[in-house]
Amino acid sequence: MNPIAAVGRLSLDVLGEVGRMTNFAIEGALAAVTPPFFWRPFLQSLARIGYASLPVVGLTALFTGGALALNIYEGSIFPDANAFIPQILGVSIVRELGPVLAALMVAGRCSSAMAAEIGAMRVTEQIDAMSTLSVNPFRYLVGPRILATTIAMPLLVLTADIIGVYGGYLVSVYLLDMSAPIYINTLVDFISHEDVTSGLIKATVFGFLIAVMGCYYGYRSSGGATGVGNATRTAVVAAAVSIFAANYVLTSLFVDF
Amino acid sequence: MSDTPVKIEIQGLKKSFGANHVLRGIDLTIPAGKSLVVIGGSGSGKSVLLKSVLGLVKPDRGSIKVDGCNIARHTAGDKKFVAAQTGMLFQGAALFDSLKVWENVAFRLLYGEGKKRAPSKEKAMDCLAQVGLAPEVGELRPPELSGGMKKRVSLARAIASDPQILFFDEPTTGLDPIMSDVINNLIVERVRAIGATAISITHDMASARKIADEVAMLYEGVIIWRGSPDALDNSGNPMVDQFVHGRADGPIQMQVRKFKRR
Repeated sequence: MNPIAAVGRLSLDVLGEVGRMTNFAIEGALAAVTPPFFWRPFLQSLARIGYASLPVVGLTALFTGGALALNIYEGSIFPDANAFIPQILGVSIVRELGPVLAALMVAGRCSSAMAAEIGAMRVTEQIDAMSTLSVNPFRYLVGPRILATTIAMPLLVLTADIIGVYGGYLVSVYLLDMSAPIYINTLVDFISHEDVTSGLIKATVFGFLIAVMGCYYGYRSSGGATGVGNATRTAVVAAAVSIFAANYVLTSLFVDF
Repeated sequence: MSDTPVKIEIQGLKKSFGANHVLRGIDLTIPAGKSLVVIGGSGSGKSVLLKSVLGLVKPDRGSIKVDGCNIARHTAGDKKFVAAQTGMLFQGAALFDSLKVWENVAFRLLYGEGKKRAPSKEKAMDCLAQVGLAPEVGELRPPELSGGMKKRVSLARAIASDPQILFFDEPTTGLDPIMSDVINNLIVERVRAIGATAISITHDMASARKIADEVAMLYEGVIIWRGSPDALDNSGNPMVDQFVHGRADGPIQMQVRKFKRR
C-alpha cells in the first residue's frame, strides 16, 4: 500500500465528512428558523431535551460545585482559604464548568437518543414513509430538534450555574464554617454580567452542536442495528469533541475581547 | 387494458449501485385504474423499481412518466408531484413509533396539508374503520399492534388522502395465510373503491393472483414476462414457471456457495 496515497485518501475522507456535516448544519439551521414549522415535535423535543435533562444536569452541577469548594479550600496555601471559594468557584462554574459539564451531560443523554431514534427510523423505512406522505423528513425531524436543543441549553446552563454555586454554598457554609452572607456577597461582587453572558453564549453554541451531531449521524445511518449502534456511539463522541473544541475557540474569543 | 389511458409509463429505466447493475432497462406501462403486480426473486430489483417510481431513488437513465410528466429527473418538484398523488404500504409497515395509530394515519393531513387535529382524527378513524379496525386501536401506539394490524394501519395511512396511485411493497410478508388473505381482500376492495392505479411487488403468488389485473416478472433487472394472473400457470416462460411453482431446479440459479470440508 502506498502510504502517500493512504494519507491522501484519509485527508479527502475527512474533508468530505467535514463538508457534509457543515452542509447538514447549515440546512438544519435553516430548517429550524424558516417555515413550515412543526410545533408539536418542537415542543416534544423541548420537553425531552430541556425539562427531562434538568435532574441530571442539576445533580452534576450540585456535586461539581461542592467538590470544587472542597478543592479550592484544601488546595489553598493561605490560612483564610475559604474567603477565595466564592470568587474562584463562581467564575469557574459560570464561565467554564457549568456550560461544559451541562453540555456533556446533555450530549450523553440527547445526542445519542437523537442518533438512535432517527437512525432507527432510517433503517425501518420510516423516513422514506414520511417522504411519501408529502412531509419533508429533514424539516420534520432535524429542524425542531436543532431549535429545541439550541433554546434549551442556555436555560439548562443557567439552572446549572445556580445549582453549582448552591453546591459550593452548602459545602462552604455547612462544612467549612463560612458565613453565608459573606459567601453570597463575595459571589455577587465577583461574578460579572460578562461571565454569565459568555457562559450562556457557549451553551447556545453547544446546544446547536449537540443536536447537529445527533441528527447528522442518525440521519445518515445505515446497515440495520449495527449501523444504528455505530451512529449512536459516533454522535456522542463527535458531540463531546466538538463541545471541547468550541469551548476553546469561544474562550479564546472572550478572553481577547 | 390498452383502451384506458396510461397512468405510469417507464422507459429504459436503469439503476446501478457501484458494479451492481440492479435495473438494466425496464419498460413498463400501467393503465389508469389497473393493478400491476411485479414478481421476482430476492435481489431482482423489485424494491429499487418501486422506490424509483416513488422518487426515493434517483435512476441513472430512462424516464418515468406519471400522467405524462417525467419525474426521473428527481427534482424537489418531481418528488412533490409524486408524493401528492401516491400512497404506499411498506413491507415493514414503517409506522411512526412515537405517534398514536390515528396520528400515523392522519400524518399527511396533519403535517403535510396542515389540517386541524379534530377533522384529521375523524378522517383517520374513518380510514381505520375501512380496514376493519376498531376506534380504540386509533389510541394505541404501533409497538402495541400485531403484524397484521400494523399492515392494516399502514394501508389505512396509504388511502387516507384518496391517492390516485397506490404502491404495495410485499404486503403479505410475515403474515399467516388467513391474515394475508384479509390484507389481499382489503387491497382489492380499497383500490377499486378509490379507483386508484396500483403497483405491488411480492413473492407471494396467492397474493399476486388475487390483487393483480396484470403480472410482470422481473429477473436480473429486466422484465422477462408480462401477462394476466390466469396466464401465470401457462406462461410458456420456463423462468416464470420455475418461480410460480417454487422449484429450486430450473433456469433461475440461486447463488449458493458450497463449502468443502478440508
